[in-house]
Amino acid sequence: MQTVFARPESLATVSTHYCPGCTHGIIHRLVGEILDELGVRERTVGIAPVGCAVLAYNYFNCDMIESSHGRATAVATGVKRARPDLCVFTYQGDGDLASIGMGETIHVANRGEKITVIFVNNAIYGMTGGQMAPTTLPGQVATTCPLGREVETAGWPIRMAELLASLRTPAYITRVAVHTPLHVAKAKQVVRKAFQHQLAGRCFSLIEFLSTCPTNWGMTPLEATRWLEANMIPYYPLGEYKTPE
Amino acid sequence: MQNDLICAGFGGQGVLLIGKILAYAGMHEGKEVVWFPSYGPEMRGGTANCSVVISDRAVGSPIIAQPRGLIAMNLPSLDKFEPTVKPGGLIIVNTSLINRSVQRTDVEVLEIPCNAMAMEAGSARAANMVALGAYVGMTAAVQLKEAEELVRETFAQKPKLVDVNLRALHAGHDFAGAHRADQAPTPEVRS
Amino acid sequence: MAKKLMKGCEAIGEAAIQAGCRLFFGYPITPQNEIPEYMAARLPQVGGTFVQAESELAASNMIYGASAAGCRCLTSSSSPGISLMQEAISYMVGSELPAVIVNIMRAGPGLGGILPSQADYRQAVKGGGHGDYRVLVLCPSSVQEAADLVIDAFDLADRYRNPVLVLGDGLIGQMMEPVEFKPRPPVALPPKDWAANGCKGRKPNIINSLYLVPEVCEQVNHRIAARYQVWEEKETRHSGHNLDSKYDLLLVANGSVARVCQTAIDDLKASGVEVGLFRPISLYPFPIKALREAAARAKNVLVVELNMGQMRDDVDSFLQGRVPVHFYGRQGGMMAAPEEVIEQARAILAGRSN
Repeated sequence: MQTVFARPESLATVSTHYCPGCTHGIIHRLVGEILDELGVRERTVGIAPVGCAVLAYNYFNCDMIESSHGRATAVATGVKRARPDLCVFTYQGDGDLASIGMGETIHVANRGEKITVIFVNNAIYGMTGGQMAPTTLPGQVATTCPLGREVETAGWPIRMAELLASLRTPAYITRVAVHTPLHVAKAKQVVRKAFQHQLAGRCFSLIEFLSTCPTNWGMTPLEATRWLEANMIPYYPLGEYKTPE
Repeated sequence: MQNDLICAGFGGQGVLLIGKILAYAGMHEGKEVVWFPSYGPEMRGGTANCSVVISDRAVGSPIIAQPRGLIAMNLPSLDKFEPTVKPGGLIIVNTSLINRSVQRTDVEVLEIPCNAMAMEAGSARAANMVALGAYVGMTAAVQLKEAEELVRETFAQKPKLVDVNLRALHAGHDFAGAHRADQAPTPEVRS
Repeated sequence: MAKKLMKGCEAIGEAAIQAGCRLFFGYPITPQNEIPEYMAARLPQVGGTFVQAESELAASNMIYGASAAGCRCLTSSSSPGISLMQEAISYMVGSELPAVIVNIMRAGPGLGGILPSQADYRQAVKGGGHGDYRVLVLCPSSVQEAADLVIDAFDLADRYRNPVLVLGDGLIGQMMEPVEFKPRPPVALPPKDWAANGCKGRKPNIINSLYLVPEVCEQVNHRIAARYQVWEEKETRHSGHNLDSKYDLLLVANGSVARVCQTAIDDLKASGVEVGLFRPISLYPFPIKALREAAARAKNVLVVELNMGQMRDDVDSFLQGRVPVHFYGRQGGMMAAPEEVIEQARAILAGRSN
């Protein structure tokens, strides 16, 4: 019998803890497929964050390091500088990467560390139960902004891809979504490119994934998908923001 | 037997360097040595000083509250450290830049125009070497030939400077020698 | 390598290189800038890598990463920066990673001052960050000892898979003394088969300190704590001065201020007064047994520190009231002078002290 669909070897044979309708599972799979296709699983080290993906170290079937909140890219810097021959990626959410880890994020990009950052932006703190994130949209309700995000006091949501693309150091910075099959297929090409840039020793690469959080958004998975399409994509336009010079 | 001193001056006068040369020379002679720089905010303010201890026994604190010696290359250094010198100690005053005499009467004083003598030797920048030579001449804390060797090493990359600095070192040493000969009490005075 | 005059900070950097460390991550702070500066110049000469991090938070997490990848690495800082590094230090203990961290202490609290201080003693020996853990703390009192202890620190860190802290102050870091790097016989250490450096030919390794099942987290705590028991038996270090004499008073001091005590003791001896010095080199594990033996021969103990009496509290509890414990300290970057120690000692000997 011919196998037409199987779990990538780069993903462990375990069930994840992610909520129904959350797109973390899709993003994990895309990374796993690309690690398989590039044949680098056995020389890859992944860095898990603090947040919903904290247990990613159980889901990827490669060497993994769990880092403290926001420091995944600093840890990745340590690994990559110690062992430039390894393929190193971080997997981080918006609170981890754009709030508590903002300093590390900007500097790792600006140093041009040859790593790949998988950044999952779902506009909310998921693991801690739905608090406001630096990427929460204006008016969007969260447990720490029960009346909706007020830009007068909380500021406007941070567009990480645009912010990092303003740095001069060569980099590959792209924003994608995974809420439709077509978007998933496009995103996979981007993930491949990002890892290829790293393996060629070319540059720092970061992919911002727009992701849903039905649980903390208080929506069904389908509603969440529509909300992402209607609200997130207009504020966070998809596309390549920076390619290496 | 212990010699300790503070070398103090403006940044750029090379006081840290002559301190290091003394420490190195002491080490080469098999003595216990410590060199400790001022690294406080004054380091940014243009003045610099270091303490050096050259001893026969293990050196305790390198922070010398009452130094046996003081090389004062400028006025602020003399103002700051004159009161701290141990009674019976030595103060070397760079009279090229210091226009007052030492107030203390319980210390030995060598007034020496370091910058002027360095100019004569070939470079005003070698004033620190004049002071170093004078200190070695006054105290014999280390041997002159060790100091000479270190001057050669220090300027090995810039051979032109070796001779100038050696001349300055010797000028200081000779000056101290002449001073000591002048000061040496004759038997008649003693009796 | 012949004897050379080196600043404490430079000797620490060279010692790390001699120990096979090829990675340094750090952030500037006085009075330890000569360590990153030395490494920035020296590491490229030996094929190593220097990274100036954006903060101490980042620097310490970079060594977390480099250590997780199985490589020897160093970071250094001074008190305020070490506070920021406590996050990564706690994570490294939790993840059972070796690391060497150098703290060239300055005065606190807050921004404090840049002059010598021992105000981080308690932070160093009690753990320092969140969670129930310890790091091995080594405290040199000369440049040569700083160099030797840094080399030992790398071996100890690898042997026990735990961070080791080398604790000095501005005096140790800034002064120059002769130092010599003698060839050392290789030390047999366990292989780093736990490292996250690519899973070719084996199951993936996971470096982690998250244990959501309390029974498991408790077991991990016990496993980590078991090594402290081993340290207390095998890894205590101490030194002393004039301990052969018939002393009535025992000084207890560490690091830079122990040198001052040594001078005071020599001066007292010259005037016919015998005082001993007990100097712990490992501040954790503290050489408790040796301290008790030395103190048993004294009528009084005087702890001298550059803080408000942090080690005094420990000495007090170790001696369990067997000998009265007195304290003399300077703070804020002030260095105790031998004369001050002599005065305190004489007062205690004359029964005039607190």
